[in-house]
Amino acid sequence: MAELRGPASPRRHLLSVADLSRDDVQRVLETARSLAASLDREVKKLPTLRGRTVVNLFYESSTRTLASFELAAKRLSADTMSLRSAGSSADKGESLKDTATTLAAYDPDVIVVRHPSIGAPQLVARCTQAHVVNAGDGKHQHPTQALLDLYAIEEALGRLEGVHVAIVGDVLHSRVARSLVQALALVGARSTLVAPPTLLPRGIEALGCEVSTDVADVAEADVIYVLRMQKERMEAGEAFVPSLREYSALYGITPKRVRPGQVVMHPGPMNRGVEIDPRVADSDAALVSDQVRAGLVVRMAVLYDVMTVAPVPARVAEAVA
Amino acid sequence: MLFCRNGRGDSLTVEGRVVAPTQGIDECLAITVSDGVISSIEPAAASPIVVAPAFVDPHVHLRTPGREDEETLASGTRAAAAGGYCAILAIPNTDPVVDSAAVLGALVERARAEAVVPTGFMAAISKGQRGEELAEMAELAAAGAAAFTDDGLPVVSAGLLRRALQYSGLTGRPLALHCEEPSLSRGGHAHEGTVSAELGLGPYPSQAESVMVERDLALAGAEKRRLHVMHVSARESVDALRRARAAGVDASGEVTPHHLVLTDEAVRSLDPNVKMNPPLRCDSDRRALIEALREGTIGVVATDHAPHARHEKDVPFEEAPFGVTGLETAFSALHTHLVVPGELTLETLLERMSAGPARVFGLPEPRIEVGERANLVVLDLDGEWEVTEAGFRSLSANSWLLGERLRGRVLRTVADGREVFAA
Repeated sequence: MAELRGPASPRRHLLSVADLSRDDVQRVLETARSLAASLDREVKKLPTLRGRTVVNLFYESSTRTLASFELAAKRLSADTMSLRSAGSSADKGESLKDTATTLAAYDPDVIVVRHPSIGAPQLVARCTQAHVVNAGDGKHQHPTQALLDLYAIEEALGRLEGVHVAIVGDVLHSRVARSLVQALALVGARSTLVAPPTLLPRGIEALGCEVSTDVADVAEADVIYVLRMQKERMEAGEAFVPSLREYSALYGITPKRVRPGQVVMHPGPMNRGVEIDPRVADSDAALVSDQVRAGLVVRMAVLYDVMTVAPVPARVAEAVA
Repeated sequence: MLFCRNGRGDSLTVEGRVVAPTQGIDECLAITVSDGVISSIEPAAASPIVVAPAFVDPHVHLRTPGREDEETLASGTRAAAAGGYCAILAIPNTDPVVDSAAVLGALVERARAEAVVPTGFMAAISKGQRGEELAEMAELAAAGAAAFTDDGLPVVSAGLLRRALQYSGLTGRPLALHCEEPSLSRGGHAHEGTVSAELGLGPYPSQAESVMVERDLALAGAEKRRLHVMHVSARESVDALRRARAAGVDASGEVTPHHLVLTDEAVRSLDPNVKMNPPLRCDSDRRALIEALREGTIGVVATDHAPHARHEKDVPFEEAPFGVTGLETAFSALHTHLVVPGELTLETLLERMSAGPARVFGLPEPRIEVGERANLVVLDLDGEWEVTEAGFRSLSANSWLLGERLRGRVLRTVADGREVFAA
């Protein structure tokens, strides 16, 4: 039992990668690996979180994140309900605080929050007793995405330590880039942000990454991580690059820009032909569907982790057995 | 120019170590006030209690008219009294905006009925603070406007500002400017730097302030008019102000307690009570502000007291409005964080909170002298207290100091000859 690790300190929430230690990350990834084994069985459901309640509170459209959180909770036998802002009382002008307090009256164990505004999960954590998992808040954080990306990288390359990841695209508006850079730094991997100067936030190097404005620098990396170029960033008066056409020409990941042996990742949804060439997206180098699969087991592991303070692998092993 | 409830002056005695920096007084004295006027000053026994000229705050959002749920003239001036103030100036970004003699006249009437502490009202530079055409500044001045500002918003048009500077010659009152270049600050929620980069918050760079400070000082210099730069936050703005003053421009500046104490590191908490405009900047900016206050480039501490209803601040950081309260904590916060650690002398702090702002805005300077109206604050420098929501007189509690223990308490405030606060 000596090698089993519990959390360094009791932690109720997963709000930001910045709150995690290297041990926290390793523990969640180990749990995810144990859980992955269970998914190969005929009956995929585990009794682990039976009697627990997970609420998904989504104020932003989402396909894969919401689907994977829902499925993750169900696979662990938790009761789950998902609320979207459309059609809910948020439509009638109810504040996030009131909605969260209302939901808290049902005593959910976990509230998973996605919201367009930075600080929304922190607000929910302040005004409820539930464990809060951040499923994306504005341009700030998307910690479960970073964890699933680590999982997918480790599955593909067999290691994380020393891996070099080039993250290409609209870093300025990307919660995925912020979370991933911090997560990579935690596990001893290296990251380089590649973007036009107008989409590189001033001071981002403080997160422990290198920065470049030259797409040729992706050649040195083991992983090319392509960020979505959001069309809404191109609105008149707010354009950060002169045109999507010029952006694609300078930063689009085409087959010529991918060297043999490199893998390519994308958090989705993809704008084919803008930040990523369809030939790359559909190639064997692309890990996009591995990322989606990783999303399920990593979110199962996260739900388990925030609700538990006991050493994890042993309990999961029992549950799996 | 200052208005409050009518009433006779009080008769009372105040005793302690009297510190009046501009008068060169620092000795233990007993001050007798008769019917509101200082009638005698006698030597007294040594005492740890400090008595000083009461404070003057030239930057207070009283939210009246329009948002009396956030602050009223009564609650705001009670808060001011508890903070040791004997005079405050209210900002005109209300609903409606104070841009006509009619609106100003109604406020003056309300102040005469409700204000516990003498209160002056600034009026808008432009009609509706829309930045398009000048408000009737001369008539507003005649109706009692203390100064002119579009605070909350910058005067974006250089042409309109130039005209306002020229026209202010008719009013004899200074222009007080909120310096912000909106095309640089748009979407900004935090100082542009490592913290905003890490948190993903829209960046509000120092230059959004400093390029406007430079522009406004250049215009004021050319027009030979007086200009006051509100809530200076960036070291580049401090440098610009210092250069302009050295070149003979009649310019002054103010700094808030929160910019003197906090940096953008505090924003990592994503607590809406550390969100304000201009934003908290980095430590080198904070150092530059303290140095400017010490040397006098910035001669005014102003709270930028900005009450907000609880439900407006109980939202995600990014959605929260800018602004924090400050009247009831300014002295204690600065004493705790600057005077106790030795970064600023008590004398300098007292001067920048009283005579400094009075001079800039042409208000009567609170003095401790026989024959003067009594404007006194009594301070227990060793008194510790905890900032709590329940402790505020203000109707709002959006303070960046909630839960903090502070050293230095206001025990008593005498404003215009009347005791307006006693702990």
